[in-house]
Amino acid sequence: MRYKIKILTGHRLFMPFLCLAVVLLVNVLKTPAFFQISMNNGVFYGYMVDIINRGSELVILAIGMTLVTAASGGQDISVGAVMAVAAAFCCQILSGGKVSTNTFENPLLLAVLAALAAALLCGAFNGFLVAKLHIQPMVATLILFTAGRGIAQLITKGQITYIRVDTYKVLGGYIGKCPIPTPVFLSTAAVILIAVVVKKTALGLYIESVGVNASASRLVGLNSSLIKFLTYVLCGILAGFAGIIASSRIYSADANNIGLYMEMDAILAVALGGNILSGGKFSLIGSVIGAYTIQALTTTLYAMNVSADQLPVYKAVVVITIVVLQSPVFRKFMGNHKLNVLRKREERHGY
Amino acid sequence: MVKSKNKSKLQSNTFLLLITIGLFLVMYVAGMFLYQDKGFAKPQMFLNLFISNAGLIVIACGMTLVMITGGIDISVGSVTALVCMAAAYLMEKKGASTYTALVMALAIGILFGLVQGYLIAYLEIQPFIVTLGGMFFGRGMTAVVSTEMISIQNKLFMKWANYKIYLPFGTVNKKGVYQAAYIYPTVLIAIAIVVGITIMLKYTKFGRKLYAIGGNQQSALMMGINVRKTKLQAYVLDGFLAGLGGFLFCLNSSAGFVEQAKGMEMDAISAAVIGGTLLSGGVGTVVGTLFGVLIKGTITSLITTQGTLSSWWVRIVLSALLCFFIILQSVIASAKRKKKKFSVFGGSDSFKAFKQLNKVT
Repeated sequence: MRYKIKILTGHRLFMPFLCLAVVLLVNVLKTPAFFQISMNNGVFYGYMVDIINRGSELVILAIGMTLVTAASGGQDISVGAVMAVAAAFCCQILSGGKVSTNTFENPLLLAVLAALAAALLCGAFNGFLVAKLHIQPMVATLILFTAGRGIAQLITKGQITYIRVDTYKVLGGYIGKCPIPTPVFLSTAAVILIAVVVKKTALGLYIESVGVNASASRLVGLNSSLIKFLTYVLCGILAGFAGIIASSRIYSADANNIGLYMEMDAILAVALGGNILSGGKFSLIGSVIGAYTIQALTTTLYAMNVSADQLPVYKAVVVITIVVLQSPVFRKFMGNHKLNVLRKREERHGY
Repeated sequence: MVKSKNKSKLQSNTFLLLITIGLFLVMYVAGMFLYQDKGFAKPQMFLNLFISNAGLIVIACGMTLVMITGGIDISVGSVTALVCMAAAYLMEKKGASTYTALVMALAIGILFGLVQGYLIAYLEIQPFIVTLGGMFFGRGMTAVVSTEMISIQNKLFMKWANYKIYLPFGTVNKKGVYQAAYIYPTVLIAIAIVVGITIMLKYTKFGRKLYAIGGNQQSALMMGINVRKTKLQAYVLDGFLAGLGGFLFCLNSSAGFVEQAKGMEMDAISAAVIGGTLLSGGVGTVVGTLFGVLIKGTITSLITTQGTLSSWWVRIVLSALLCFFIILQSVIASAKRKKKKFSVFGGSDSFKAFKQLNKVT
C-alpha cells in the first residue's frame, strides 16, 4: 500500500493534479454552485465551462512556453505582446484600415494567415537572438516585451479596431448551435497537434536533449541552435494564434489589453505543470493542467471580488513559491522528507 | 599575456562607452539643428534631461550594479509605482509627514532588495524569474493600496518638489527677459549617486568583488569572496536605489497611480546596456549608464518636440537601440571566444567585424 502511494506521489503529473484539486476543493467549500453546469439559450453555462473556455488562450501559450523552456532553459516573456501584435494585424487587415467595420474588407483567411506570419516573425526574431547570438532568453525577449505593444499600436494607429461581423466572433464564441465554446476546440486541436508532432517524431527527444545539454547534443550531431530557434518560432505562432482568439472574443484589437500579464501566467503554467524552468524534460499535459489551474485560480479570485489589477499579487506569490520549491538548494535542504514537506507547504499556501 | 588580455577587455569596454557618448552627442546636436526654434539649443533644455530623468538615473545605477554581478532586476518599475503610490497614500489619505513617506519609500525598496536578493543569492533561483515575480507583486500591491490616482498636495513635499536651484547662467527669452537656468535638488541627488557609485565601484573592495563575481563566479569563489553575501548586498543596494529613485520620480510626478512608471525596468536596463554594461556581467560603469539615460531622454524630447509622432515611438526606438547594443555585445563576445580558441575560426564574419571594431578604436 505504502509502495503504491509512493508510486502515485512520485508520478510527474501528481503535483499538477494536486494543485488543481486543491484549487477546485477550495471552490467547492466556498461556492457550492461551482460545479453546476446549466443550459442557457442552447449553450452551456457555469464556472467550470468558464474556466475551460477562458483558459484556452493560456493553454495554447503554455504549450509554446513549455517547448521554449525545455529547449533553452529560459522563458519567452514577449508572448503577451506578440498576442497584441497578431490581433492588431488580423483586425487591421479585416477592417481595411477603418476603426470600425461591419463587413470584412479582406478575406478572413488572409487576415489570419498574415497575423500568424507576423507572430512567426516575432518568434523568429526572438529565436535568432537566443539561438544564434546566445543571448539570455529573457533579455532577448524583453525587447519585444516592451516594443510589441508599441508596434501593435502603430499598426492600429493607436485606436481600438472593431470588427462587428458575426463570422469573426465565431473563433472566440460559438459555432452555429454547438453548446460548447469554440476556443475549447481550438485549444484542444493545438494541444493535440503539438503533442503528436513532439511525441510521434523525434523532435520531442531532440528538444529535451538540447535542453539538458546543448553542447553535448551538438557533439552527438544535433543542430542545437536550429532546434532552439524552432521552439521560439513555434512559441511565436502559438502566441499569435492565442492573440487571434483573444481578439475574436472582444471582436476588436485592443493593443493595450490583449494578452496583458499573460506571459506571467504562461510561465506559471509551465512551472505548475511540474516542468523545471531551467530546461530539459518537459510534459505538455502537465502544462495544460497548470494552465487550467491558473485559470481556476483567476476565476476563484474574481469570484472573491479581487480586482483585475490586484490579481498579480497572488500570482506572483504562487510563482515565487513554486520556484522556491523547485530550487535545487531548497530540495537539498529538505533532503529525504522532501515529498512530505512539499505537500504540507502546499496545503499551507492553499493553491 | 595577462596584460594584453586586460587591454582587449578595456578596449571593448571603452569602445562601447565611446559609442554611447558619440551617439548621445550626435542625437543632441541633430536635435539642436532640427529644432533650434523650439529651444533645443538652450542650456535649460539640456538640464531638463536631468530634471525629468533624475529618478531613472538613480534606478539605472542600481540596475547597473546587479547587472555587473551578472544578474538583472526587472521589478524596479513596479517598485517605483509602489513607492509613489505608498507615498501618495500615506501623505494624502493618512496625513503622514513627508519624512515618513520618504522612510517608507526607502523601506519598500530595501525590502524588495532583501527578499529578491535572498532568493537569488541563497536559493540560486534565476534573477529574471525572481524579479519577474517581484514586478508583478509590486504592480499588484500598488493596486491593493489604491486603484485610483492620488495626486499629492502635501505642503512640505511640494516645497521639496518645486525648490529651484538657480545656476549662474541662463538665457534671454524673446521678450528680452533674462531667465536663469535652474535645476531641482533631485538632480543633485542623482549626480551624487552616480559619483558615489563610480567611486565605490573603482576604489572599494565591494566594487571589485562585484566585478569579480560578474566576470567568473567560480573563480571569485576560489579567490575567497563570499559570493552569496556580496550578491545579496548588491541586490539590497539596488533595492535601496530603486526606492530612492522611486521617491525622486514621485517628486517629479507628484502623484501615485497603478499604471505609473510602466516599462521603467526596460528604460533602466536599456540605459545600462547602451552605456556599455555587459548583460553577461563583469563589465560596466555608471557613467555609461548616465549617458544611456541621457540618450533615452533625448529620444523622448526629440519625439515630443517633433509633435506628430506618438509616445510609443519612444519605446520602439529605445527597443531598437537596445537590440542593436545587445547584438553588438554578442558579436564582440563571440569574436573574443573564437579568438581565444583557435585562429582557424578567424575567417568568420563576427571575427572580421570585431577586427574592424578594434581598428576604429
